[in-house]
Amino acid sequence: MPLAIRHASTLLRVVGAIIGTTLAALMIVLAMGLAPASAQTTPSPSPSPSGDFTSTFTIGGLIRDGDTPLEGVEVRVEGDGFDEVGTTGADGRWVVPVPAQGKYTATLLPDTLPAGVAPRDPENITRDVNLATTNTVNVLFPTGAGTVVESNIGATILTRVIYGINFGLLLALGAIGISLIYGTTKLNNFAHGEMVTFGAVIFFLFSTVIGIPLVPAIAITLVLSAFTGYAQDAWLHKPLRRRGVGLVQAMIVTIGLSILVRYVILFFLGGNVQTLNTGLTENVNIGPATITLASLVSMGVSVVMLILVGLFLTRTRIGKATRAVSDNAQLAAASGINVDRIIRIVWVLAATLTGLSGILYGIFRQVNWNMGFQILLLLFAAVTLGGLGSAFGALVGSLIIGIVTEVSTVWIPNDLRYALALVILILVLLVRPQGVLGRKERVG
Amino acid sequence: MDWGQIFNSAAGELLSPVTAAYALAAIGIGVHFGYAGLLNFGQAGFMAIGAYAFVIPTLLFDFPLWAALLSSVFASILFAFLLGIPTLRLRADYLAIVTIASAEIVRYVVMTTGLTAITGGASGLSGFNSTFTALNPFADGSYGFGPWVFTANQLWVRVFGWSLVVLASILVFLLMRSPWGRVVKGIREDEDAVRSLGKNVYAYKMQALILGGVFGSLAGVIYVLPRSVQPTNYATTLTFFIWTMLLLGGAATILGPIVGAMIFAVLLTLSDGLIRGLISANIITFISSTQAGQVRFMIIGAVLMLLVIFRPQGIFGNKKELSFNV
Amino acid sequence: MSETMQTHPLVIGEVGPGCKKVDPIVVADNVTRTFGGLKAVDVVHVEIPRNAITALIGPNGAGKTTFFNLLTGFDKPNTGTWSFEGHSLARVPAFRVARKGMVRTFQLTKSLGRLSVLQNMLLGATKQPGENIFTALIKPLWRGREQDITAKAEDLLDRFKLLEKSSDYAASLSGGQRKLLEMARALMSDPVLIMLDEPMAGVNPALTQSLLGHVKQLKADGMSVLFVEHDMHMVRHISDWVIVMAEGRVVAEGPPDQVMNDPAVIDAYLGAHHDTDLGEMTGTIPVAAAPETATATATVPTETTAAETEREVEK
Repeated sequence: MPLAIRHASTLLRVVGAIIGTTLAALMIVLAMGLAPASAQTTPSPSPSPSGDFTSTFTIGGLIRDGDTPLEGVEVRVEGDGFDEVGTTGADGRWVVPVPAQGKYTATLLPDTLPAGVAPRDPENITRDVNLATTNTVNVLFPTGAGTVVESNIGATILTRVIYGINFGLLLALGAIGISLIYGTTKLNNFAHGEMVTFGAVIFFLFSTVIGIPLVPAIAITLVLSAFTGYAQDAWLHKPLRRRGVGLVQAMIVTIGLSILVRYVILFFLGGNVQTLNTGLTENVNIGPATITLASLVSMGVSVVMLILVGLFLTRTRIGKATRAVSDNAQLAAASGINVDRIIRIVWVLAATLTGLSGILYGIFRQVNWNMGFQILLLLFAAVTLGGLGSAFGALVGSLIIGIVTEVSTVWIPNDLRYALALVILILVLLVRPQGVLGRKERVG
Repeated sequence: MDWGQIFNSAAGELLSPVTAAYALAAIGIGVHFGYAGLLNFGQAGFMAIGAYAFVIPTLLFDFPLWAALLSSVFASILFAFLLGIPTLRLRADYLAIVTIASAEIVRYVVMTTGLTAITGGASGLSGFNSTFTALNPFADGSYGFGPWVFTANQLWVRVFGWSLVVLASILVFLLMRSPWGRVVKGIREDEDAVRSLGKNVYAYKMQALILGGVFGSLAGVIYVLPRSVQPTNYATTLTFFIWTMLLLGGAATILGPIVGAMIFAVLLTLSDGLIRGLISANIITFISSTQAGQVRFMIIGAVLMLLVIFRPQGIFGNKKELSFNV
Repeated sequence: MSETMQTHPLVIGEVGPGCKKVDPIVVADNVTRTFGGLKAVDVVHVEIPRNAITALIGPNGAGKTTFFNLLTGFDKPNTGTWSFEGHSLARVPAFRVARKGMVRTFQLTKSLGRLSVLQNMLLGATKQPGENIFTALIKPLWRGREQDITAKAEDLLDRFKLLEKSSDYAASLSGGQRKLLEMARALMSDPVLIMLDEPMAGVNPALTQSLLGHVKQLKADGMSVLFVEHDMHMVRHISDWVIVMAEGRVVAEGPPDQVMNDPAVIDAYLGAHHDTDLGEMTGTIPVAAAPETATATATVPTETTAAETEREVEK
């Protein structure tokens, strides 16, 4: 069966290439990221962790007297059995990493303020902090006589834009998967969210529960993710195509699969939110913005991966064939392209990218059984915004969604930011029904 | 374990107001998908709109029952327009994504802390049932037999809910045998062909969307009448469950949605009761009782897949007239 | 015969691309439609004659179907105006175009598979009050009209030899029967102009003759017909007038036998599509005779074989 062997070897090459490049990218970015990180890490703000605080959730702020940053001021963060004190550095910043989202209180310790500086409202030096849907919350403690220290809106926006790009890039990995599958098979895959969850959960299992090092954990996760793509096409969708099952029908099958897989994951993982252990908890300053090292690495991996997918689609023979199938499957088949093989490769590629997206999303937020389903709609919105079936459109759509959801939290309540992203989707469809980069179609 | 108890509660589900609400919501998507070919994945949104538009005026402005019901209907008509105007001219899968997105927007908005004074935020609303129970025509006492023994209030909410279901079914029956139904079914088959015959396809699709949406909003009212409004209930999963019920019964049929909802509700209760019963009897030892609640959702997912693959026309559907491949 | 002037009873003045008709039913000006950078349709001026059978021919990708879509409101042009019986149709939605009496069929049949053949026919009818959602609920309000249109539908089905199929699902019909059904359905509304997009495509030879007969009958019944076709035999046999499109433009028009001798037409076909069956004409025109000088505005050659063709227009 030389054909089967060739088929299998192509798949192996695709998966191998993705894993190899992901890991290589990870190394490079880590090497680059760590160097500035060690130099730029906020001086001595982070307390010595008393427990396993490997999350990327932080509560922080800036304490100044007028325009002068105050060094050595302490803020105590408490909540849910957690108790930690953060100290401001030379730039007046303090950051306390916290283990999970939830409710905390932050209390300014007035004794640590320099002589001559007092809280503006000495009666009110405790703040309730609700870390609900973001990674970072800034807390303000105005000081000085009559001077109100406002949070630097520019820095806040910049930080949110960077997080938004990070979120957008990791969404793009998943959205391109949806887009490739839609392009070649015209199937809206509602089980795609579970592919995200799968990547995150498997990575959690190997990296945190079993505790093997980062790199092999990622490799294992991607191989298993790739296999789910293979399995979905080989055992479900190819037989359905053979039976002549309609697209709506196949879409509802993916809804059933989504429910099934989601509850299987819940069954084994449980309902709790889990935190990934990546060891990348330091903070990095980019100009006035502070982000976590993990986010920086995540962005690097996403960018490298997206460039490679772009090169794959435009430069390689299989990539060109993929685009030919997306354009017109019958014509592609007539011109000698093995459409079923291309679809199989697309499923494997999409599942691998989506698994990677899941790993990064798990690092960006946290891991839970429902995480993929929660962003499935954002993925669809990204794909639709960009224009159904266009891989580049999916990237643009994802970045729009990512940045909008993060930056909007500066002005609107946190719990409405996904709603805003979806409102934007609907508005874009009103003005430009074919999406930002989509093409119109002919009738008849 | 008490087998009698398990079967009793499953049989009780058959006529419960929740089942009536499911049935009515399924009739709604039956109009959308089964007859008009519209992919509405936002039925949970219509149900939420219906529930909140019923409850908020009742609580804030002391609306009488009829006015609150009207408010619910009007709100869903408005919502249908908002959904339909951007999407009904586009390809079918756009409607699917926009409806699912809109339903989520509704849920995010009613849950947001900023609107807690009006919507109750994440904890929802309660204490709105007095206008409904005040109109209860049944005298106090116990009615029914076997697993179906109800208090006067329980009977009243069931009679009300199932009456709406029956009325909706009659309405759908009358419409679908009429020339209006013919146009709508034609649109399901090929909207360009119907357009070429001089029918205003856009208007018909909008009418179908509104009709099914109104059913959805009334289902939302029935859903909350015996209890409180919980925003977490209106997640996308609810929509998917209603789709499962519709497909179980048969999409383009009159009785399909009702029977589908009944089977779904009974199976859900029965499977849950059985698994818990087996655990408490130490026959199944490897599943915790929390996990037992999850198994039935796995079953739902698997049933949905198998159903769509092997019996797409549902229980009542005509084998020839496969209610699929829109 | 005159060497300089080509005239025709349907035409005012000289015959040529964009020529004026004695009694045009459709007039289009400057209609363009671009897809991406490609101009799919670029029609400067064209008139469709009334009560005649007009064929719209051209190689694949000539823009025939797109032009059809534009005229009938199924697609929106970038520029242009066009009118039907003197009423402008620009920006009129497709369903209103159909209501004005300009009804089309599709290249890929659009029979409504899960409706019965009779239900398909009834959908074509107009003025059924039961199509309003409120009147629909009260049967007495629409029962009368339903009986009338059912009788009419059965008449038409009988004529198209589909009556015994009337309670079958349309999906169970053969490809040719679906074409017939689609044409019959279009007739339910008594159209003024019927536009057929490749009525012969995918129809078996046995049904072709009957389809040809039906198309001719439409004209006899007082309708105008515009159809897109690839098969030159068919075009020769039934059309009174032929309009040739290539690369989005009208490159020639005239009576069928003249047009098929037109170097511009041969060039358009052979240049773009060497293996196209040009019907009987391929044997008589040597390929070498296709001159490079043929341009979009070339007048048709003078020698015709008009005598042998049926010219119903002239009777």
